[in-house]
Amino acid sequence: MKLNTNSNSYIIIYSAVLVVIVAFLLAFVYQALKPMQDANVALDVKKQILYSLNIRNLDGAEAEAKYAEVVKEETEEDGQKVYVCDVDGQEIYVLALKGMGLWGGISGFMAIYDNNGPTVYGAYFNHESETAGLGAEIKDSQAWQEKFIGKKVFKNDDYSNVALSVVKKVDDPETQVDCVTGATLTSNGVDAMIKDGLKGLKGYAIIKIFESIASSDSTVVEPKAEEE
Amino acid sequence: MALFSKQNKEVFTNPLNLDHPILGQVLGICSALAVTSQLKPAIVMGLAVTVITAFANVIISIIRNTIPNRIRIVVQLVVVAALVTIVSQILKAFAYDVSVQLSVYVGLIITNCILMGRLEAFAMQNKPWPSFLDGVGNGLGYAMILVIVGAVRELLGRGTLLGFQIIPDACYDFGYVNNGMMTMPAMALILVGCVIWVHRAYFYKEK
Repeated sequence: MKLNTNSNSYIIIYSAVLVVIVAFLLAFVYQALKPMQDANVALDVKKQILYSLNIRNLDGAEAEAKYAEVVKEETEEDGQKVYVCDVDGQEIYVLALKGMGLWGGISGFMAIYDNNGPTVYGAYFNHESETAGLGAEIKDSQAWQEKFIGKKVFKNDDYSNVALSVVKKVDDPETQVDCVTGATLTSNGVDAMIKDGLKGLKGYAIIKIFESIASSDSTVVEPKAEEE
Repeated sequence: MALFSKQNKEVFTNPLNLDHPILGQVLGICSALAVTSQLKPAIVMGLAVTVITAFANVIISIIRNTIPNRIRIVVQLVVVAALVTIVSQILKAFAYDVSVQLSVYVGLIITNCILMGRLEAFAMQNKPWPSFLDGVGNGLGYAMILVIVGAVRELLGRGTLLGFQIIPDACYDFGYVNNGMMTMPAMALILVGCVIWVHRAYFYKEK
Protein backbone atom coordinates (compact mmCIF):
# COMPACT_ATOMS: atom_id res chain seq x y z
CA MET A 1 0.00 0.00 0.00
CA LYS A 2 1.34 3.37 -0.94
CA LEU A 3 0.32 6.14 1.41
CA ASN A 4 -0.41 9.53 -0.05
CA THR A 5 1.94 11.47 2.19
CA ASN A 6 0.83 14.77 0.73
CA SER A 7 -2.86 14.62 1.58
CA ASN A 8 -4.07 17.16 4.11
CA SER A 9 -5.50 14.62 6.55
CA TYR A 10 -2.23 12.66 6.54
CA ILE A 11 -0.22 15.80 7.29
CA ILE A 12 -2.49 16.81 10.18
CA ILE A 13 -2.49 13.36 11.77
CA TYR A 14 1.26 12.98 11.23
CA SER A 15 2.13 16.27 12.91
CA ALA A 16 -0.30 15.66 15.79
CA VAL A 17 1.15 12.22 16.53
CA LEU A 18 4.72 13.52 16.26
CA VAL A 19 4.09 16.40 18.63
CA VAL A 20 2.36 14.18 21.21
CA ILE A 21 5.24 11.69 21.16
CA VAL A 22 7.81 14.47 21.56
CA ALA A 23 5.78 16.11 24.35
CA PHE A 24 5.62 12.87 26.34
CA LEU A 25 9.31 12.27 25.84
CA LEU A 26 10.29 15.74 27.02
CA ALA A 27 7.93 15.62 30.01
CA PHE A 28 9.44 12.31 31.04
CA VAL A 29 13.04 13.56 30.75
CA TYR A 30 12.16 16.73 32.67
CA GLN A 31 10.51 14.78 35.50
CA ALA A 32 13.33 12.27 35.70
CA LEU A 33 16.10 14.85 35.89
CA LYS A 34 14.36 17.49 38.03
CA PRO A 35 15.68 16.36 41.45
CA MET A 36 19.28 16.38 40.23
CA GLN A 37 18.86 19.80 38.65
CA ASP A 38 17.34 21.22 41.83
CA ALA A 39 20.24 19.83 43.84
CA ASN A 40 22.68 21.51 41.46
CA VAL A 41 20.93 24.86 41.75
CA ALA A 42 20.88 24.61 45.56
CA LEU A 43 24.58 23.73 45.61
CA ASP A 44 25.31 26.67 43.31
CA VAL A 45 23.62 29.08 45.74
CA LYS A 46 25.68 27.63 48.60
CA LYS A 47 28.85 28.10 46.57
CA GLN A 48 27.94 31.71 45.84
CA ILE A 49 27.43 32.36 49.56
CA LEU A 50 30.85 30.83 50.24
CA TYR A 51 32.36 33.02 47.48
CA SER A 52 30.99 36.09 49.25
CA LEU A 53 32.82 34.88 52.37
CA ASN A 54 36.02 34.73 50.30
CA ILE A 55 36.01 30.93 50.35
CA ARG A 56 36.63 30.00 46.73
CA ASN A 57 37.84 27.01 44.69
CA LEU A 58 35.86 24.33 46.50
CA ASP A 59 34.20 21.57 44.52
CA GLY A 60 30.83 19.93 45.21
CA ALA A 61 31.24 17.86 48.37
CA GLU A 62 33.83 20.18 49.93
CA ALA A 63 31.57 23.19 49.40
CA GLU A 64 28.66 21.32 50.94
CA ALA A 65 30.70 20.46 54.03
CA LYS A 66 32.16 23.94 54.37
CA TYR A 67 28.72 25.50 54.01
CA ALA A 68 27.34 23.32 56.80
CA GLU A 69 30.31 24.30 58.96
CA VAL A 70 30.16 28.05 58.32
CA VAL A 71 26.49 28.96 57.95
CA LYS A 72 24.72 28.83 61.29
CA GLU A 73 21.30 30.20 60.52
CA GLU A 74 19.19 31.15 57.56
CA THR A 75 16.43 33.67 58.18
CA GLU A 76 14.39 36.31 56.48
CA GLU A 77 13.95 39.88 57.64
CA ASP A 78 11.35 41.99 55.82
CA GLY A 79 11.60 39.69 52.81
CA GLN A 80 15.40 39.99 52.79
CA LYS A 81 17.31 36.72 53.13
CA VAL A 82 20.01 36.87 55.78
CA TYR A 83 22.52 34.08 56.43
CA VAL A 84 24.22 34.19 59.81
CA CYS A 85 27.72 32.79 59.42
CA ASP A 86 30.68 32.10 61.62
CA VAL A 87 34.11 32.18 60.01
CA ASP A 88 36.98 31.52 62.44
CA GLY A 89 34.97 32.93 65.36
CA GLN A 90 33.96 36.07 63.46
CA GLU A 91 30.23 36.62 63.18
CA ILE A 92 29.30 37.57 59.63
CA TYR A 93 25.94 38.28 58.02
CA VAL A 94 25.47 37.41 54.37
CA LEU A 95 22.66 39.30 52.65
CA ALA A 96 21.12 38.08 49.41
CA LEU A 97 20.77 40.90 46.88
CA LYS A 98 18.61 41.16 43.78
CA GLY A 99 18.54 43.88 41.16
CA MET A 100 18.46 44.80 37.53
CA GLY A 101 21.46 44.94 35.21
CA LEU A 102 21.54 46.17 31.64
CA TRP A 103 20.03 43.17 29.84
CA GLY A 104 18.50 41.15 32.62
CA GLY A 105 18.44 40.38 36.30
CA ILE A 106 21.52 40.53 38.50
CA SER A 107 21.93 39.07 41.94
CA GLY A 108 24.58 38.80 44.56
CA PHE A 109 25.60 38.06 48.10
CA MET A 110 27.24 40.60 50.39
CA ALA A 111 28.93 39.57 53.62
CA ILE A 112 28.82 42.19 56.37
CA TYR A 113 30.68 42.12 59.69
CA ASP A 114 31.32 44.53 62.52
CA ASN A 115 34.53 46.53 62.33
CA ASN A 116 33.72 49.91 63.89
CA GLY A 117 30.36 49.71 62.19
CA PRO A 118 29.00 47.50 59.44
CA THR A 119 31.84 46.66 57.04
CA VAL A 120 31.97 44.53 53.90
CA TYR A 121 33.70 41.19 54.51
CA GLY A 122 33.33 40.03 50.92
CA ALA A 123 31.00 40.13 47.94
CA TYR A 124 29.92 37.99 45.03
CA PHE A 125 27.75 38.99 42.10
CA ASN A 126 25.94 36.98 39.48
CA HIS A 127 24.04 37.93 36.35
CA GLU A 128 21.73 36.42 33.78
CA SER A 129 22.77 38.03 30.53
CA GLU A 130 25.25 40.88 30.87
CA THR A 131 27.72 41.45 28.04
CA ALA A 132 30.69 39.07 28.18
CA GLY A 133 33.93 40.91 28.93
CA LEU A 134 32.13 44.07 30.07
CA GLY A 135 29.08 43.78 32.32
CA ALA A 136 29.81 40.11 32.92
CA GLU A 137 32.97 41.17 34.76
CA ILE A 138 30.85 41.70 37.89
CA LYS A 139 30.68 37.91 38.04
CA ASP A 140 33.90 36.86 36.28
CA SER A 141 36.35 39.28 37.85
CA GLN A 142 37.34 38.16 41.31
CA ALA A 143 39.59 41.22 41.52
CA TRP A 144 36.60 43.52 41.11
CA GLN A 145 34.59 41.72 43.77
CA GLU A 146 37.54 41.97 46.12
CA LYS A 147 37.49 45.76 45.80
CA PHE A 148 34.47 45.70 48.11
CA ILE A 149 36.39 44.11 50.98
CA GLY A 150 36.80 46.49 53.91
CA LYS A 151 34.41 49.14 52.60
CA LYS A 152 32.11 50.74 55.18
CA VAL A 153 28.37 50.45 54.56
CA PHE A 154 27.52 53.71 56.35
CA LYS A 155 29.32 57.02 56.77
CA ASN A 156 29.40 59.55 59.61
CA ASP A 157 27.07 57.46 61.77
CA ASP A 158 24.25 58.10 59.33
CA TYR A 159 22.59 54.73 59.42
CA SER A 160 19.57 55.68 57.33
CA ASN A 161 21.44 56.20 54.06
CA VAL A 162 23.64 53.51 52.55
CA ALA A 163 26.95 55.15 51.69
CA LEU A 164 28.48 52.08 50.06
CA SER A 165 28.31 52.72 46.33
CA VAL A 166 29.76 51.91 42.93
CA VAL A 167 30.89 55.10 41.18
CA LYS A 168 32.89 56.24 38.18
CA LYS A 169 35.22 58.46 40.17
CA VAL A 170 36.15 57.41 43.67
CA ASP A 171 36.20 60.44 46.00
CA ASP A 172 35.87 58.52 49.23
CA PRO A 173 37.85 55.26 49.30
CA GLU A 174 36.17 54.31 52.58
CA THR A 175 32.77 53.65 51.04
CA GLN A 176 33.10 53.88 47.24
CA VAL A 177 34.12 51.24 44.71
CA ASP A 178 35.36 51.99 41.20
CA CYS A 179 32.86 50.77 38.62
CA VAL A 180 33.63 48.29 35.83
CA THR A 181 35.18 50.01 32.80
CA GLY A 182 32.86 49.93 29.81
CA ALA A 183 29.95 48.68 31.89
CA THR A 184 28.47 51.84 33.41
CA LEU A 185 24.88 50.67 33.22
CA THR A 186 25.60 47.28 34.77
CA SER A 187 27.63 49.02 37.49
CA ASN A 188 24.74 51.40 38.14
CA GLY A 189 22.54 48.32 38.50
CA VAL A 190 24.93 46.86 41.07
CA ASP A 191 24.95 50.22 42.88
CA ALA A 192 21.14 50.34 43.04
CA MET A 193 21.00 46.68 44.08
CA ILE A 194 23.39 47.30 47.00
CA LYS A 195 21.49 50.40 48.14
CA ASP A 196 18.22 48.54 47.95
CA GLY A 197 19.48 45.42 49.68
CA LEU A 198 21.27 47.14 52.55
CA LYS A 199 18.90 50.01 53.26
CA GLY A 200 16.92 48.06 55.85
CA LEU A 201 20.08 46.69 57.51
CA LYS A 202 19.65 48.69 60.73
CA GLY A 203 16.17 47.37 61.39
CA TYR A 204 17.06 43.69 61.20
CA ALA A 205 16.70 42.12 64.63
CA ILE A 206 19.06 39.29 63.75
CA ILE A 207 22.02 41.60 63.07
CA LYS A 208 23.74 42.47 66.31
CA ILE A 209 26.24 44.96 64.85
CA PHE A 210 24.00 47.87 65.72
CA GLU A 211 23.57 46.80 69.31
CA SER A 212 27.31 46.92 69.78
CA ILE A 213 27.42 50.38 68.21
CA ALA A 214 24.65 51.62 70.48
CA SER A 215 26.27 50.29 73.61
CA SER A 216 29.87 51.25 72.87
CA ASP A 217 29.41 54.50 71.03
CA SER A 218 28.19 57.61 72.80
CA THR A 219 27.41 59.59 69.65
CA VAL A 220 23.70 59.82 69.38
CA VAL A 221 22.24 58.07 66.42
CA GLU A 222 18.96 59.68 65.58
CA PRO A 223 16.39 56.92 65.30
CA LYS A 224 14.93 58.01 62.02
CA ALA A 225 11.80 56.26 60.98
CA GLU A 226 12.50 53.91 58.13
CA GLU A 227 10.64 54.74 54.98
CA GLU A 228 8.33 51.86 54.33
CA MET B 1 26.28 -3.92 2.43
CA ALA B 2 29.20 -3.97 4.84
CA LEU B 3 29.08 -1.60 7.78
CA PHE B 4 32.38 0.00 6.86
CA SER B 5 32.36 -0.24 3.10
CA LYS B 6 34.45 2.23 1.13
CA GLN B 7 31.38 4.34 0.53
CA ASN B 8 30.51 4.52 4.23
CA LYS B 9 34.07 5.37 5.13
CA GLU B 10 33.93 8.29 2.76
CA VAL B 11 30.68 9.42 4.32
CA PHE B 12 32.46 9.49 7.66
CA THR B 13 35.80 10.99 6.64
CA ASN B 14 34.69 13.54 4.08
CA PRO B 15 33.29 15.94 6.66
CA LEU B 16 36.58 15.71 8.54
CA ASN B 17 38.52 17.05 5.58
CA LEU B 18 37.08 17.76 2.13
CA ASP B 19 33.54 18.58 3.12
CA HIS B 20 34.34 19.94 6.54
CA PRO B 21 31.27 21.74 7.90
CA ILE B 22 33.18 24.79 9.13
CA LEU B 23 36.24 24.78 6.89
CA GLY B 24 34.63 23.63 3.67
CA GLN B 25 30.96 24.50 3.94
CA VAL B 26 31.50 27.44 6.37
CA LEU B 27 28.50 26.47 8.50
CA GLY B 28 28.03 26.88 12.23
CA ILE B 29 30.43 29.80 12.61
CA CYS B 30 28.26 31.72 15.07
CA SER B 31 28.38 29.23 17.92
CA ALA B 32 32.01 28.45 17.11
CA LEU B 33 32.81 32.05 18.02
CA ALA B 34 30.67 32.18 21.12
CA VAL B 35 31.68 29.12 23.14
CA THR B 36 35.40 28.86 22.45
CA SER B 37 36.87 31.31 24.96
CA GLN B 38 37.78 28.29 27.10
CA LEU B 39 38.56 24.68 26.26
CA LYS B 40 36.07 22.89 28.50
CA PRO B 41 32.84 24.45 27.21
CA ALA B 42 34.22 24.04 23.68
CA ILE B 43 34.66 20.28 24.20
CA VAL B 44 31.21 19.90 25.76
CA MET B 45 29.62 21.93 22.99
CA GLY B 46 31.42 19.82 20.36
CA LEU B 47 30.21 16.60 21.98
CA ALA B 48 26.66 17.92 22.31
CA VAL B 49 26.53 18.88 18.64
CA THR B 50 28.03 15.51 17.61
CA VAL B 51 25.45 13.55 19.60
CA ILE B 52 22.57 15.68 18.38
CA THR B 53 23.61 15.59 14.70
CA ALA B 54 24.11 11.84 14.82
CA PHE B 55 20.79 11.02 16.44
CA ALA B 56 18.78 13.62 14.54
CA ASN B 57 20.22 12.16 11.33
CA VAL B 58 19.28 8.61 12.38
CA ILE B 59 15.74 9.54 13.43
CA ILE B 60 15.04 11.58 10.32
CA SER B 61 16.54 8.84 8.16
CA ILE B 62 14.30 6.19 9.75
CA ILE B 63 11.12 8.17 9.23
CA ARG B 64 12.21 9.80 5.97
CA ASN B 65 9.70 7.90 3.85
CA THR B 66 6.77 8.83 6.04
CA ILE B 67 7.51 12.55 6.29
CA PRO B 68 5.07 14.64 4.26
CA ASN B 69 7.15 16.68 1.88
CA ARG B 70 5.32 19.92 2.59
CA ILE B 71 6.12 19.95 6.31
CA ARG B 72 9.51 18.22 6.22
CA ILE B 73 11.39 21.25 7.61
CA VAL B 74 8.91 21.47 10.49
CA VAL B 75 9.36 17.79 11.26
CA GLN B 76 13.15 18.16 11.18
CA LEU B 77 12.94 21.13 13.53
CA VAL B 78 10.70 19.27 15.99
CA VAL B 79 13.11 16.34 16.11
CA VAL B 80 16.15 18.61 16.54
CA ALA B 81 14.42 20.77 19.15
CA ALA B 82 13.42 17.71 21.18
CA LEU B 83 16.99 16.34 21.11
CA VAL B 84 18.48 19.72 22.03
CA THR B 85 16.10 20.12 24.96
CA ILE B 86 16.98 16.65 26.23
CA VAL B 87 20.72 17.34 25.97
CA SER B 88 20.27 20.70 27.69
CA GLN B 89 18.35 19.06 30.56
CA ILE B 90 21.00 16.36 30.90
CA LEU B 91 23.75 18.99 31.05
CA LYS B 92 21.86 20.87 33.75
CA ALA B 93 21.58 17.68 35.78
CA PHE B 94 25.12 16.32 35.35
CA ALA B 95 27.36 19.23 34.34
CA TYR B 96 25.76 22.28 35.88
CA ASP B 97 28.83 24.55 35.73
CA VAL B 98 29.33 23.88 32.04
CA SER B 99 25.65 24.40 31.26
CA VAL B 100 25.82 27.80 32.99
CA GLN B 101 28.89 28.68 30.92
CA LEU B 102 27.27 27.58 27.67
CA SER B 103 24.04 29.36 28.70
CA VAL B 104 21.89 30.05 25.65
CA TYR B 105 24.22 28.39 23.17
CA VAL B 106 23.00 24.88 23.97
CA GLY B 107 19.50 25.97 23.04
CA LEU B 108 20.86 27.69 19.97
CA ILE B 109 22.16 24.36 18.64
CA ILE B 110 18.63 24.15 17.20
CA THR B 111 19.53 26.92 14.79
CA ASN B 112 22.97 25.52 14.00
CA CYS B 113 23.06 25.34 10.22
CA ILE B 114 25.17 22.15 10.31
CA LEU B 115 22.20 20.24 11.71
CA MET B 116 19.56 21.44 9.31
CA GLY B 117 22.03 21.23 6.48
CA ARG B 118 22.86 17.57 7.14
CA LEU B 119 19.24 16.56 7.74
CA GLU B 120 18.06 18.16 4.53
CA ALA B 121 21.03 17.21 2.37
CA PHE B 122 21.85 13.73 3.67
CA ALA B 123 19.43 12.08 6.09
CA MET B 124 16.38 12.71 3.88
CA GLN B 125 17.92 10.59 1.10
CA ASN B 126 20.00 7.95 2.90
CA LYS B 127 19.63 4.89 5.11
CA PRO B 128 20.02 5.19 8.91
CA TRP B 129 23.56 3.76 9.22
CA PRO B 130 25.27 6.05 6.66
CA SER B 131 23.24 8.93 8.14
CA PHE B 132 24.60 8.12 11.59
CA LEU B 133 28.18 8.11 10.25
CA ASP B 134 27.55 11.35 8.41
CA GLY B 135 26.21 12.95 11.61
CA VAL B 136 29.12 11.77 13.73
CA GLY B 137 31.60 12.88 11.06
CA ASN B 138 30.13 16.35 10.77
CA GLY B 139 29.81 16.71 14.54
CA LEU B 140 33.42 15.68 15.08
CA GLY B 141 34.57 18.01 12.33
CA TYR B 142 32.79 20.84 14.10
CA ALA B 143 34.12 19.75 17.52
CA MET B 144 37.66 19.60 16.13
CA ILE B 145 37.62 23.29 15.22
CA LEU B 146 36.02 24.26 18.54
CA VAL B 147 38.75 22.40 20.43
CA ILE B 148 41.59 23.95 18.37
CA VAL B 149 40.22 27.47 18.70
CA GLY B 150 39.24 26.95 22.35
CA ALA B 151 42.70 25.64 23.26
CA VAL B 152 44.51 28.55 21.59
CA ARG B 153 42.20 31.13 23.10
CA GLU B 154 42.40 29.74 26.63
CA LEU B 155 46.18 29.27 26.46
CA LEU B 156 46.94 32.77 25.19
CA GLY B 157 44.03 34.53 26.88
CA ARG B 158 44.30 33.02 30.35
CA GLY B 159 47.51 30.98 30.40
CA THR B 160 45.57 27.83 31.29
CA LEU B 161 44.17 24.70 29.62
CA LEU B 162 41.01 23.13 31.07
CA GLY B 163 41.58 25.42 34.06
CA PHE B 164 45.10 24.18 34.82
CA GLN B 165 47.87 26.72 34.62
CA ILE B 166 50.19 25.95 31.70
CA ILE B 167 52.31 29.05 31.37
CA PRO B 168 54.67 29.01 34.39
CA ASP B 169 54.72 31.84 36.94
CA ALA B 170 58.32 32.56 35.89
CA CYS B 171 57.09 33.87 32.52
CA TYR B 172 54.76 36.30 34.28
CA ASP B 173 57.69 37.43 36.44
CA PHE B 174 59.57 38.27 33.24
CA GLY B 175 56.71 40.49 32.16
CA TYR B 176 54.59 38.12 30.07
CA VAL B 177 50.99 39.29 30.03
CA ASN B 178 47.88 37.29 29.08
CA ASN B 179 46.32 38.56 25.87
CA GLY B 180 42.89 39.83 26.90
CA MET B 181 41.95 40.19 23.23
CA MET B 182 41.90 36.39 23.01
CA THR B 183 38.92 36.17 25.34
CA MET B 184 36.88 38.39 23.00
CA PRO B 185 34.75 36.84 20.22
CA ALA B 186 36.55 38.87 17.54
CA MET B 187 39.75 36.87 18.04
CA ALA B 188 37.80 33.64 17.53
CA LEU B 189 36.81 34.86 14.08
CA ILE B 190 40.43 35.64 13.24
CA LEU B 191 41.56 32.25 14.59
CA VAL B 192 38.90 30.39 12.59
CA GLY B 193 40.17 32.32 9.56
CA CYS B 194 43.73 31.18 10.30
CA VAL B 195 42.58 27.55 10.69
CA ILE B 196 40.74 27.72 7.35
CA TRP B 197 43.86 29.16 5.73
CA VAL B 198 46.16 26.43 7.11
CA HIS B 199 43.63 23.79 6.08
CA ARG B 200 43.34 25.14 2.54
CA ALA B 201 47.09 25.51 2.17
CA TYR B 202 48.25 22.15 3.50
CA PHE B 203 45.42 19.62 3.84
CA TYR B 204 42.79 20.42 1.26
CA LYS B 205 42.99 18.49 -2.00
CA GLU B 206 40.77 19.30 -4.93
CA LYS B 207 38.42 16.46 -5.80
